Amino acid sequence: MIYMDYNATTPCDKRVLEAMLPYFGDEFGNPSSLYQSARTAKKAVEKARADIAVLLGCAPEEIFFTSGGTEADNWAIKGAAFQLKDKGRHIITSRIEHHAVLNTCKSLEKVGYEVTYLPVDKYGVVDIEELKNSVRKDTVLITIMYANNEIGTIQPVKEIAETVKEKGVYFHTDAVQAAGKIPLSVKELGADMLSLSGHKFYGPKGVGALYIKKGVKIAPFMYGGEQEKGKRAGTENVPGIAGIGKAAEIAAKEMVEEEVRIKKLRDRLEAGIKDRIPEIVVNGHPEQRLYNTLNLCIKHIEGEGILLHLDFEGICASSGSACTSGSLEPSHVLLAIGLPHEIAHGSLRLSLGKHNTEQDVDRVLEVLPGIASKLREISPFWNKGK
Amino acid sequence: MEYTDKVCEYFRNPKNMGRIENPDGVGTVGNKVCGDVMKIYIKVNDDIIEDIKFETFGCGAAIATSSVVTELAKGKKIEEALKISNKEVVDFLGGLPPIKKHCSLLAEDGLKAAINDYRDKQKNSAPSPIKSEDKQL
Repeated sequence: MIYMDYNATTPCDKRVLEAMLPYFGDEFGNPSSLYQSARTAKKAVEKARADIAVLLGCAPEEIFFTSGGTEADNWAIKGAAFQLKDKGRHIITSRIEHHAVLNTCKSLEKVGYEVTYLPVDKYGVVDIEELKNSVRKDTVLITIMYANNEIGTIQPVKEIAETVKEKGVYFHTDAVQAAGKIPLSVKELGADMLSLSGHKFYGPKGVGALYIKKGVKIAPFMYGGEQEKGKRAGTENVPGIAGIGKAAEIAAKEMVEEEVRIKKLRDRLEAGIKDRIPEIVVNGHPEQRLYNTLNLCIKHIEGEGILLHLDFEGICASSGSACTSGSLEPSHVLLAIGLPHEIAHGSLRLSLGKHNTEQDVDRVLEVLPGIASKLREISPFWNKGK
Repeated sequence: MEYTDKVCEYFRNPKNMGRIENPDGVGTVGNKVCGDVMKIYIKVNDDIIEDIKFETFGCGAAIATSSVVTELAKGKKIEEALKISNKEVVDFLGGLPPIKKHCSLLAEDGLKAAINDYRDKQKNSAPSPIKSEDKQL
């Protein structure tokens, strides 16, 4: 099997799994208890908090564990909105956010908040001027993703944060696709809140974190015990937290080297596909893009067909086509960058990672042109004379 | 969402794909915006669908159902072919995921559109008595 869907999820690193195992076994204690195994568990949670703090360049007490990226996004947005409801009820986001952000914003619209969804350019970049002009007296939060999951475009987050600082509004960034892949420093970025997810960087599923800058006050997400300073109650997912901590520790050490290797593979894949398949569109920013992500549209055919044929060849990828999402609309991201529906339907996302090799890339280059031709032969839009 | 083996088989090796030069009828149904367009070509001889081919832009289910509807219609009398329902197509494939049922409707509609086009052409070139049921199409 060739796995090229690392933006969807990653396999758990063996070292991560090993770091988790003791907390399913002998060290099963509840971190809130007093005895030895509880103290060991508590230590594991705090070690993980410190490891994530190193990855993000912040203080450990600014890290709060959640059940994943979606929860971190929900908490940041709703927490800020509820905390500041007397100051104002206006939120700014972009049209290409993950659904964890978009649908959270939509839920707030139903209870009296107003949301501005900023447009993006053809590369998927938010216009800073447009952002500045959208800030109102009653704006309480700006939430713009760090890197897009579908097309990989990286936003000018630092500039956004500076704009926001001038206006005195909270700034949250969904960094689920960036954390653990590229070096991030929240201090340098100036973000007030940042979401990340363990399983996107070789950690386990079901655990994530929200960075909340010291001094930033948001409403608690869950009520109950005093865990996570009473802001996110519930007995800690100790094995998961130990796992995400280990994954962060490994990423901090290895990601820069990995970036060089994986970028080479991605670029080889991109160039190879451009050489071999006519009439394709590569999506996302040419430079300001995640080094592992390749999103392209193969004109005149539909994405699900491409995925099925790739699956027959043992290659795992994904698509922003409507048919894979269960709705009639293709990806909101591809529509937001201005692609017509029929081209957006033919999208293919190949996202690379740790275990991909040159052989994997060559294998995709070997089979994809044939798949494209085969589907184009069936398509009424393909000019067969070509 | 999971496809039956039969759907995969028909998607992988569709029958009757392509176009017919100088067809007697062509039906195009669906919409680029929604991601499914089906084009069905027929060649009719002595009221029998002698040849039938399809071109489809769409998902795996759209391609499989196109292929199946052409197979079911090939060699049938026009009247018989008109009786092919989307249910028959779905049953032939051993079922379709619920969100893909519209693909089978598209296949039924595509065949009917091609037959309709054939009958319109017949009517225009050599007027012949039209039966009342044609008007439902």
